Amino acid sequence: METFNLFIKSIFVDNMIFAYFLGMCSYLAVSKTVKTSTGLGIAVTFVLLITVPVNYLLDTYVLREGALTWLNESFASVDLSFLSFILFIAIIASMVQIVEMVVERFAPALYAQLGIFLPLIAVNCAILGASLFMQQRNFANVGQATVYGLGSGLGWMMAIVALAAVREHLKYNKIPAPLKGLGIAFILTGLMGMAFMGFMGIKF
Amino acid sequence: MSPERKDILFGPLSKNNPVIVLVLGICSALAVTAQLKPALVMGVSVTVVVAFSNVIISLLRNTIPSRIRIIVQLVVVAALVIIVEQILKAYAYEVWGQLSVYIGLIITNCILMGRLEAFALGNGPFDSFLDGIGNGLGYTAILVIVAFFRELLGSGALLGFHIIPQSFYDAGYMNNGLMIMPPMALVVVGCIIWVHRSMNKDLQEK
Repeated sequence: METFNLFIKSIFVDNMIFAYFLGMCSYLAVSKTVKTSTGLGIAVTFVLLITVPVNYLLDTYVLREGALTWLNESFASVDLSFLSFILFIAIIASMVQIVEMVVERFAPALYAQLGIFLPLIAVNCAILGASLFMQQRNFANVGQATVYGLGSGLGWMMAIVALAAVREHLKYNKIPAPLKGLGIAFILTGLMGMAFMGFMGIKF
Repeated sequence: MSPERKDILFGPLSKNNPVIVLVLGICSALAVTAQLKPALVMGVSVTVVVAFSNVIISLLRNTIPSRIRIIVQLVVVAALVIIVEQILKAYAYEVWGQLSVYIGLIITNCILMGRLEAFALGNGPFDSFLDGIGNGLGYTAILVIVAFFRELLGSGALLGFHIIPQSFYDAGYMNNGLMIMPPMALVVVGCIIWVHRSMNKDLQEK
């Protein structure tokens, strides 16, 4: 039950875009059509699903204070957590590379559709952000970390698809010239964020 | 200083602003702006990291194989961010706690990758340094403007000091609690873009 709670919470309450502003760059740049944003959303969810548990294992068995005791008792006071940024980003960059090669080999159609977005996921703040939040929250086991990664990805995907759907219709509306494009996208996201504040405090 | 260099340094403050014109580095720009102080610290940290990573990549630009350049850039940036984080943790512990994961997220701040790819890979170290400082300042400027309005209207204070006099509250004035919530950061940035594009008509989208 706790895990299910975490899943719902990571999609709606702790939404990557509306609550933490992570991954905004590609969110604003790509959300012009529903089709491409769905593709990017799937890719981000997939990468999060892999990197969060891998980084969880890395954090638990290598980086945390006393994490190295499985190697030797005398390492109990070793604290490598200052290295976490550089190791997390290295894991993320290499995972994205692997995912890219796998997708290219087994699903060429999807690969062609995602194009440039796949390699760019490595520098999407939402990916590194999820790993850093995972480290901060001290999840009990790797299953919870996986569920958190999946939920964050789905939340991000939902937000980008929703904004793309609204933007597709915005073309036919009269918007003040200086607000066109970027400005109205910001204000729209703000309004959607206010709506999502309604999910705060929900528990199952 | 030659006119070109001046343009490199001061262009990003308005015409080529990284946040509101090039749409880079928005993620962290919004999250730290509920108060002025963390926004300032974040701005300074990003300026330092952009400037020095620009210099390092510019010095290495002829030796990095282009296929693996993204990983090289990420490692250089991550190393600089770790240094900044350790310094903040040592000398400004309270602000370090407030910024929490957003310091680490400087690594994936699009301003860094954007400037490294677009400028440092093709220009000398000194120009790259100026470009980094300029873009860092442009980023800081937006952060400070957003944080100014959010802290003033949201908690009636600036840098932690109460600005709005008590007599206002006695007369029925209220702090707008919504300003501290995340969504208002987006709306404030939207308004900044509105004002900025009304003044610079050539930036408007069709």
